[in-house]
Amino acid sequence: MKRLVRLFLVVLLVAFGLMALAAKLNSSQGYSGSNTLTVYNWGDYIDPDLITRFEKETGITVIYQTFDSNEAMLTKIEQGGTTFDIAVPSDYAISKMKEEHLLLPVDHSKIPNLSHIDSRFLNLDFDPNNQYSIPYFWGTVGVVYNPELAGGITFNSWNDLWNPKLHNSVLLTDGAREIMGMSLNSLGYSLNDTDEQHLQEALRKLNRLSPNVKAIVGDEIKMLLANGEATAGVVFSGDAAEIMDENDSLNYMVPKEGSNLWFDNMVIPKTVKNPEGAHKFINFMLQPDVAAQNAEYVGYATPNKDALALLPEDISGDERFYPPAELTDRLEVYKNLGKRMLGHYNELFLEFKMHKE
Amino acid sequence: MPRNTRGAYLIPYYLWMVLFVALPVILIAYYSFFDALGQFTLSNYVNFFTPVYLRMTLSSFWYAVLITLFSLLVAYPAAYALTRTKHKQLWLLLIILPTWINLLLKAYAFIGIFGTYGPVNALLQAAGIGEQQILFGSFSFIFVSVYIFIPFMIMPIYNALEDINPTLIAASRDLGASSFTTLRRVIFPLTLSGVRSGCMAVFIPALSLFMLTRLIAGNKVITLGTAIEQHFLVTRDWGMGSTVAVFLILMMAVLMPIFGSGKEVRK
Repeated sequence: MKRLVRLFLVVLLVAFGLMALAAKLNSSQGYSGSNTLTVYNWGDYIDPDLITRFEKETGITVIYQTFDSNEAMLTKIEQGGTTFDIAVPSDYAISKMKEEHLLLPVDHSKIPNLSHIDSRFLNLDFDPNNQYSIPYFWGTVGVVYNPELAGGITFNSWNDLWNPKLHNSVLLTDGAREIMGMSLNSLGYSLNDTDEQHLQEALRKLNRLSPNVKAIVGDEIKMLLANGEATAGVVFSGDAAEIMDENDSLNYMVPKEGSNLWFDNMVIPKTVKNPEGAHKFINFMLQPDVAAQNAEYVGYATPNKDALALLPEDISGDERFYPPAELTDRLEVYKNLGKRMLGHYNELFLEFKMHKE
Repeated sequence: MPRNTRGAYLIPYYLWMVLFVALPVILIAYYSFFDALGQFTLSNYVNFFTPVYLRMTLSSFWYAVLITLFSLLVAYPAAYALTRTKHKQLWLLLIILPTWINLLLKAYAFIGIFGTYGPVNALLQAAGIGEQQILFGSFSFIFVSVYIFIPFMIMPIYNALEDINPTLIAASRDLGASSFTTLRRVIFPLTLSGVRSGCMAVFIPALSLFMLTRLIAGNKVITLGTAIEQHFLVTRDWGMGSTVAVFLILMMAVLMPIFGSGKEVRK
C-alpha cells in the first residue's frame, strides 16, 4: 500500500514538474500571453504563406486550428476550454453566436482596411452594421456537372436534377439546410421557408429525386465528382472551384430559381486572450494584396473589391464564381431558424434519406 | 496479503467504472429528458415512436443481423482452419494486423477499390460482366462492415476451438462419427461460448455504426448511430440524440443475456 502511494506521488510530482517546465519553455519562446494568436478556421481555408507573413510583420505567433462544420466550432467555443482569438463562422452561425453572447464587438476604428470591402457584403441581416463580424469569403450553392455525361441536358435549373436521364448519377452534399433549401427553391419557395405545408411538399419532391441520387456524402463529394463517379453534384461554389481545378471537363452553375448565398466572416469570440492581435489579424487579412493572394489560393470569392481588381481576369471575370449583382439579388442567405425548426429540417432530411425508391 | 490492501488495489477499477461507465450512462439518461431549448420534456420519447425512428431501428437491426451472420459465416471456417495451420501466431497476427489501421483510412481505401473506375469494376469488365454500381449500396456497406468486424469474430472462436480437448474429437471419430457429425455434434457445441461472445462483439457495435453509412453506403443505409451523430453534431439537439442512445442501451441490455448465457450452459 505504502509503495503504491509513493509511486502515485512520484507520478504526480513528475507530471507537475513537466507542466512547469513546459510553461517556462513556452513563455521563453513567446508562445503564451499577448504574443500568440489562436485562429480557428475551416480546413484549407487560408494561404499558409500569409500566416508566416503576418507573424513576420507583427511578431505575433499564430496558432492555427481547423474545424469542419459550424456546429463543431460552436460546440467547442461554447464549452470554452480553449482560447480562440479569431473564428470564421458562416452567416447563420454568427447570428446564433450573437444570440448566445459568444461574440465580442469588433472595434472598427482598429480596422481601417474595412474600406476595401464591397458595400454589397456589409451590413447584412445576420449582423447589422457588422458589429461583430468582418467578411472573409462568400459564395453560392449550385450544381457541378459533366456536360459530356449529361446526355444533352443543359443545366440551368434545379429541376434538371430530376431529369430521368440522370438515374443514379447525382451526388448530394450531406446537409439538411442545403438539400431542403434546394427542394424549396425548386418549388419556388424561399429556402428559409417554415410553412409546414411547403416543407412537406419539399420532402415529397425530394423523395421523387431518390431514384437519381447516387449518394449523399460529406467532403468526399469533391473527390468523387473529380473522379467522374457521378454526372452531377450539389456543392458549395468553393468546392466546385476545387473540383474543376482537378477535372477540366466539369462545369458549375447556380440555378435560375435561386439558391443560397453564404458568407464566412471573421469574428472575435468571447474566449479571446489577445484582442489587440485579433484586430491586427482582421485588418491584415483585409489588405487588398493579402486578400487577393488568399482568394487565389483558396478559390472562394473575396468580398474585397480592391483585391478583386488585383486578381487575374480569368478569376475575377468568371461569373460562375463572381456572379453579377442581378444574380446575387435572387439568392438568399440562410436565416437562423432556431433550434426547433432546424431540428425539424433535419428530421425531414432524415426521412428523405430513408426513402427507398 | 491483508484485506484492506486488496481493497486499495480495487480503487482504480471502481473509479474507472463510476467515471467512465456509470456517469456517462446517467448523463445520457438525464439529457434525454430535455428538448432542444433546454426545457424538461418527455416529448423525445414520444418522438422516438414515430415511423421515422421506428423504421430506422428496424433497419439498424436488420443490417446488424446481416453483418453478424456474414461475419460468422466467414470467421468460423477461418478460425477452424487457423487451428490446423503450422504457424498459428503468424496467421493470427496477420488477421489482427488490419485492426491497427485507422477505420477512416480503410473506408477511404474501399471508396477507391469499389469506385466506378476502381480495380473491382475493372476486373468485372475484363470478365465480361460489365460495370456495376458497387459503392453506395447495402452490398458494399455489409461487405466493408464484415471486413472490419471479422477479427473480433475470429478471435473468440479461435480461442474456444483451441480450448477443445483433442481427445474428444478422437473419441468421436473412434465411435464412428463422420467429420461432419463430429463438427456438428462435438466441435460446434463446445465452441458455442466463443460464437456467442464473437456475435456480441460484432452485433452491438454494428447496431450503432455511423461513419460507414455515409462513406460507403452514401447515406442509403441509415442506422440509429447516424441519427445520434446528426443530433449531437448538426441539430445540436442533445436531448433527442440521448433518447436514441437510451433506446440503444436498452436494446443492448435486452440482448446481452441472450448472447451471454453461453457460459452457464457450458458448465
